[in-house]
Amino acid sequence: MKEKLQLIKSEALSAIAADNADLEQIRIKYLGKKGELTAVLRGMGALSPEERPIVGQIANEVRAQIEEAIAERSALLKQLELEKKLAEEKIDVTMPAAEMKVGMLHPLTKVQRTIEEIFIGMGFSIAEGPEVELDYYNFQALNIPENHPARDTQDTFYITDNILLRSQTSPVQVRTMEKQKPPIRVISPGRVYRSDAVDATHSPLFHQVEGLVVDKGVTMGDLKGMLETFAKTLFGENTRLRFRPHHFPFTEPSAEVDVSCFVCGGEGCRVCKNEGWIEILGAGMVHPFVLSNCGIDPEEYSGFAFGMGVERIAMKYYGIDDMRHLYENDVRFLEQF
Amino acid sequence: MNLSRNWLADFVDVADIGNKEYCDRMTDTGSKVECFEQLAEDIENVVVARITEIKPHENSDHLQICQVDIGSKTVQIVTGAQNVFEGAIVPAAIPTAHLPGGIVIKSGKLRGVQSDGMLCSMGELNLTEHDMPGKIADGILILDEEFGDKLGMDIRDALMLRDSVVEFEITSNRPDCLSVIGLARESAVSFNREFKLNSPKVKGCNDGDKIGNYLSVAIDAPDLCHRYMARVVKNVKIEPSPLWLRMRLRASGVRPINNIVDITNYVMLEYGQPMHAFDYTCLDNSSIIVRRAGDGEIFKSLDDQDHTLDSSMLVIADQNKAVALAGVMGGANSEIKDNTTTVVFESACFLGSSVRVTAKKNGMRTESSARFEKGLDPENCYAGLERACELVELLGAGEVVNEIIDVYPGKTEPTKLPFQPDVMNAFLGTDVDAAEMKKILETLEFTFEGDMMVAPSFRADIGCMNDVAEEIARIYGYNKIISGKLRGETTQGGYTPKQKFEIDLENMLCGIGLDQIQTFSFISPKYYDKIRLPEDSTLRNSVVISNPLGEDTSVMRTTALPSMMEVIARNYNFNNANVRLFEIATVYIPTAPDALPDEKKVISVGMYGDCDFYTLKGVCENVLKLAAVEGYEISSYSENASYHPGRCAVISVDGKQLGIFGQLHPATQNNYGIDTAVYAAELDFEAIFEIMNPIKQYTPLPKYPASTRDFSFLCDESLEVGKIMAVMKKAGGKTVESVNLFDIYRGQQIGENKKSVSIRVILRAADRTLTVEETEKVSAKILAALDKELGIALRM
Repeated sequence: MKEKLQLIKSEALSAIAADNADLEQIRIKYLGKKGELTAVLRGMGALSPEERPIVGQIANEVRAQIEEAIAERSALLKQLELEKKLAEEKIDVTMPAAEMKVGMLHPLTKVQRTIEEIFIGMGFSIAEGPEVELDYYNFQALNIPENHPARDTQDTFYITDNILLRSQTSPVQVRTMEKQKPPIRVISPGRVYRSDAVDATHSPLFHQVEGLVVDKGVTMGDLKGMLETFAKTLFGENTRLRFRPHHFPFTEPSAEVDVSCFVCGGEGCRVCKNEGWIEILGAGMVHPFVLSNCGIDPEEYSGFAFGMGVERIAMKYYGIDDMRHLYENDVRFLEQF
Repeated sequence: MNLSRNWLADFVDVADIGNKEYCDRMTDTGSKVECFEQLAEDIENVVVARITEIKPHENSDHLQICQVDIGSKTVQIVTGAQNVFEGAIVPAAIPTAHLPGGIVIKSGKLRGVQSDGMLCSMGELNLTEHDMPGKIADGILILDEEFGDKLGMDIRDALMLRDSVVEFEITSNRPDCLSVIGLARESAVSFNREFKLNSPKVKGCNDGDKIGNYLSVAIDAPDLCHRYMARVVKNVKIEPSPLWLRMRLRASGVRPINNIVDITNYVMLEYGQPMHAFDYTCLDNSSIIVRRAGDGEIFKSLDDQDHTLDSSMLVIADQNKAVALAGVMGGANSEIKDNTTTVVFESACFLGSSVRVTAKKNGMRTESSARFEKGLDPENCYAGLERACELVELLGAGEVVNEIIDVYPGKTEPTKLPFQPDVMNAFLGTDVDAAEMKKILETLEFTFEGDMMVAPSFRADIGCMNDVAEEIARIYGYNKIISGKLRGETTQGGYTPKQKFEIDLENMLCGIGLDQIQTFSFISPKYYDKIRLPEDSTLRNSVVISNPLGEDTSVMRTTALPSMMEVIARNYNFNNANVRLFEIATVYIPTAPDALPDEKKVISVGMYGDCDFYTLKGVCENVLKLAAVEGYEISSYSENASYHPGRCAVISVDGKQLGIFGQLHPATQNNYGIDTAVYAAELDFEAIFEIMNPIKQYTPLPKYPASTRDFSFLCDESLEVGKIMAVMKKAGGKTVESVNLFDIYRGQQIGENKKSVSIRVILRAADRTLTVEETEKVSAKILAALDKELGIALRM
């Protein structure tokens, strides 16, 4: 019987290993109730008592081996089947994505927010004021009386003799100083209006961010330090600033401020027109006339102010060559930012 | 201001400093340089030459063969010009020569004859008939015999063409720098060089003749005229100015005219003092009266334009007529002519704002008015006048009559300020030595009287400590000031809740796929027609710009819809598909006539393409959700002509309208040439922010299971689903967790104008599992209410 068992074992194992093995059939054939191994076991009664346990053990071993072989083979086949299925499920990952459209902030908003965040980090709050403004706040309170030549550089839209579209966000500074006692640290972002026809570098409406600091003992060195911090945060740690004397009626001393070109680092390139510097800011120490006009004693307090054009920075920052894109709002433009 | 460096050299020696270095330093000390140009840089190897012999060309009837003496040798040049003659002195380009416009002259053969150069016309040297009076432009430039001893000399030296011109952008507070002398002073300070200013010296004719024999001057309007000085020159001979003077004017961008006019321009450029010259014989009754113009007085300026004057304007007049518009331009009736023999030079100082207004009103901003309007120094009148007369004598243009007329009602005291080095250092954040400060100020011609410093008369911009501190800082160097860190009380920065809400809103709208736009705040009043705003709508009452650039930017918008629609139309025309946009836009609502308008923000949405009414409704509801607005109502609205009457809704809370949205009326779409459905919304940012619930309260997550009940009703098409749902919600009471539409069916089986509406109600109690009996009870209540209020029943 031992031989018989060995024969069953080798037959079963080779059947299991065969290519098209039907494992369930094999199991029934050898291990089922009417299977060959069962038949052999049934015949055990004919054996001597001595032989019976030995053959029984062999039979059990054979059963275990066959069961194990079936299990192994079954696992393998399942694995192969899965691999085949996965292979069939392969997709073209280069096909375009399903659209989950996200909208884009306008580039001017992005730049303005970046500027705002830098100053908020330095303890500034954001002041707002009317765009349709009184001549007093836009000019007179800022040391620009009627018929002052400085009015020429800011050709202004008028509503009436006394009411105009603000040509700068500086009136917000005056309104802030009227309401708030020092220490003052505000920036005033917003729309301003000048009578310039639309072209690649001009627009009758554009955005400014102006800043104002008033406190005891504020120096021109402090102004330099703050603008340096700002420029380095916006344009990178290696940014350098250059201050050139200038004239604004509401600050004295006044300066125009250039940053080293953030594209070429000052070597000269297309963005900086080979000058290595980009003019982005006007700044200065608040004129004592302006302070006292707002009820702040210039003997006790000093301050500085600065202003920049958001369009100009956005255009330099993103390499936009035509200002008109910013107000045309072609989605093919908007979705680039 | 264009500065000739040759001219500058009269007053300060900075010749050793290259243009680039000069410009950089001047910019650093406050005289901003726009650019510089080296004149005649593009001319090379052109020399003074004399034609010694001319022979005709065998193979040409218009070419001539010239033998030309260029000093060192004689060369043969073939020319096509007909105005040459033997003995003529001409400019000759000798190979390899360069001319303006990148022209290169080489040796070659012209119709078989060797030609070693080219004779030049004035145009080929970039000169005009104004630069070379009496010479013809059409032909070779024939030079005067005085150049006979300069054969072989570089033409740039012979004609004084070499110069460097620096273009300055002078700020309005420094009119003193609109002059060679002013810039020389700044140059001297900037480079620590000596400033050499000589007082002009006039000999006078000393023949017993006095100005009193010629002229009287009276100022009727001393408020507008601070000083009026005059001198008379007799036996004038009008002729071209000498070459050196013409070339200085040319370098400064001023066209030479004749000796007298050139002298006035020369003095204006040199001293910054605008001058005027009258033909004396045109002054009736030998008098000059400085007076206000009469209203409606007609004046013809010397450029032959007629102007109607008014009493705000100042004129220079004789007994009968205005002869000049003070500080702006002279009159045609008294201008210098070729036969003028007696000249009155005016050197005056007028009130800046008056000149500015006059020039503006008459639309003629001149070199003179541009200087006066910034406020000039009356002390400078004298030097200017004397310089003009000195030049008359130098040029031999006439005889200067002795004595000067000087009417000076506007003399002012110089500005005196305490000299406080410590205060200035503390203000600037510097540590500049008091002695160094003093030195800087002295070179700028400040003087010291004890503890006081006195500003020079030409520095009207100096009025307070800050002004002086700027002088110190700019010469010391802005870039040498050590950067500081703000000290003192800290401040609480950050956005206000409203600013934060705006940012959150922008982020949310981008997050759900809308692109942000930025549009102009001003629009055309015609845009109100385009959006079909009713004629009597109060929104047509806009803030109107009195001096707009054009009609399409002439009124401040009262609604953001037209701006949105322009952008939508533009994108539609660009064939952009699926466009979804938003703008947080300001609108300007007029209040009282002389008061500022209300400026309010609105949320403007526009979309077309792959979207419908309910896409837009979703956007609007997201805005309300962001603000945690509760209990809002959305109801249909057919009264807004911009929108489709059956596809428009308003959002309201407690009867207060928060916004409107819907599909645009086909006629509105048509007005924009759009052929597809457009959806737009206008939501009131201010009103929504006002009722915003800033702190949302957490609702505990449910602990007990929910029961779901589905209902289907057959009802009339006209019955709004929102109404059915509202009744169900109300009838169901507090166990109703949600009421949601899940299907709507229309078809033949249920008949025309009917719909089948399927609604799922989810019931839940927070503290227990609802029993079957309870849910049945709620269902029954809901059905009863529907039957009673809307007359609808479950579909069998």
